[in-house]
Amino acid sequence: MIVIRTPGGFSLRVHARALTVGAVGTLLALAVGVLAVGHGDYPMSPADVLRTLTGGGSAAEQFIVVELRLPRLVTALAVGAALGLAGAVFQALVRNPLGSPDVLGFTQGAATGALLVVVVGGGSTALAGAAAAGGVVTGLLIYLVAWRRGVHGYRLVLVGIGVSAILTGVNGYLLTRAPLMEAARAMLWLTGSLDGRGWSDAGPLLVALAVTVPVLLACGPALRMTELGDDAASGLGVPVARLRMVLLAAAVLLVSLSAAAAGPVSFVALTAPHLARRLTRAPGTNLLPAAVVGALILVVADQMAQRIFPQQLPVGVVTGVLGGGYLVWLLATERRAGRL
Amino acid sequence: MTSRLGGSGLRLAYERRVVADDLTVAVPDRSFTVIIGPNACGKSTLLRALSRLLKPAAGAVLLDGEDIHRRPARAVARTLGLLPQSPTAPDGIGVAELVSRGRYPHQGLLRQWSRDDERIVAESMAATGVADLTDRLVDELSGGQRQRVWLAMALAQQTPLLLLDEPTTYLDIAHQIEVLDLCARLHEEQGRTLVAVLHDLNHAARYATHLIAMRGGQVVAAGEPGRIVTAELVEEVFGLPCRVIDDPETGTPLVVPAARTRARQHGGRA
Repeated sequence: MIVIRTPGGFSLRVHARALTVGAVGTLLALAVGVLAVGHGDYPMSPADVLRTLTGGGSAAEQFIVVELRLPRLVTALAVGAALGLAGAVFQALVRNPLGSPDVLGFTQGAATGALLVVVVGGGSTALAGAAAAGGVVTGLLIYLVAWRRGVHGYRLVLVGIGVSAILTGVNGYLLTRAPLMEAARAMLWLTGSLDGRGWSDAGPLLVALAVTVPVLLACGPALRMTELGDDAASGLGVPVARLRMVLLAAAVLLVSLSAAAAGPVSFVALTAPHLARRLTRAPGTNLLPAAVVGALILVVADQMAQRIFPQQLPVGVVTGVLGGGYLVWLLATERRAGRL
Repeated sequence: MTSRLGGSGLRLAYERRVVADDLTVAVPDRSFTVIIGPNACGKSTLLRALSRLLKPAAGAVLLDGEDIHRRPARAVARTLGLLPQSPTAPDGIGVAELVSRGRYPHQGLLRQWSRDDERIVAESMAATGVADLTDRLVDELSGGQRQRVWLAMALAQQTPLLLLDEPTTYLDIAHQIEVLDLCARLHEEQGRTLVAVLHDLNHAARYATHLIAMRGGQVVAAGEPGRIVTAELVEEVFGLPCRVIDDPETGTPLVVPAARTRARQHGGRA
């Protein structure tokens, strides 16, 4: 722990390791980002990329970097950070390390929205909007069913799993109703992909991050108190019910707009907070490290998806394989350590 | 008798199940008040209402003359502390870190860890005898040690009033006495008002300065244990035939349940 105090009575307390993880993670993500922007049919060296980003370079280079490649990178960073944050919030809300938007049905809700547009027919803007709406509506539904009478982690998980199962069925039905070409496009979307993302895809999510990140960070200390149990947190002066509502709203918004921007990229929301906790070795919820690790995971996964295989893969395939592998490894080591 | 915390005309209910109706209580200032009564008599529910966890369906809990539910949670938490029955320690949390969370109601985004915070946490740990456990993980501690750490956290909150929900549950007899001795010392030395729910009538009679006996959501008797604990009261509240003698250690009332054969002769209730 590092404590910074100023004469005016101000004091800040930061977990040294969490700060290091956040800083190193950010630098790594940006470094991989520069490499990513340099990669493509028109290769550029990192120095060229940096020069172009700071306003130099030819008009063609400006176009390639700023209009073609940067949006994809920014979308990847934003989606990764949003999923990492939302995952950390959900795990804290339901007090369960498996509490992630994939398990709780929000992702499936976003998919339902998107598939409805595919069946009815509509452009990519409509699809993104419908995905965001699907996630938000699912959030409201789960809130009404599970949370009206007080808040309990288990009830949310059970209702979420139920809703998620129902929506998976609905999604399957919608896929069978879609024209073949559209169904193929829908499958690609369902896997989660960053291919061909432009500024209009990243925009709404960036706005959502700008709004929710300060709110979430302000809620951070209160959120940590809820780890002691609802009664103890209330005793310490945390308005638990209101806090939960704000956190849920912020997390649902982030997940829904992530899905709108890149489709339901799997496992990042589940894995990033775990990885962040292992790296920081700090107990409880660590929102910022989770966001940084999430962004790093997604940028790296997108690079792997583009480079390792002869044919480009959707990023969701890589996060699924990586995240699933990590989860199995985690379970195995935890089991060996007798913690599970 | 002055009282900063109390309630009148309280109806306490979960959903539609009414636990207590038209209940009136007052916690005397600087007392060690203990609430006793049989299972499901509403004693824990009363404590929840007093600590702002449960909003009464009718009536109001007053803290310093003001409805506790009209005051912001954080302001209440600077006056009234609560140690719930089974709080959870986050995985991998250290003793000092847990105790320092008691400072939350006094902190803000720009005032995260003042020198006062540091001093008060150290003092709280010293007062509960856990100073030498500073660097240990809470998971590694014994039940008694863990309860003292939680008490240290509640102390660090620095509230003149402190509510404890069954602080001795799950502890063996030696640790129960250790925790109660500690509570008595905090009450005497720091002049705090303590309110505890206890199961053991003899512990209550020994440690309380003010006893509230409840049955069926009503207060049957309230006052100094030496004055109100009689065989008749115990029979009325718990339905237990008994004798009340002087505790040879402290002179406080000691409840000795009647022997099985004797109870039958007297036609005592089961």
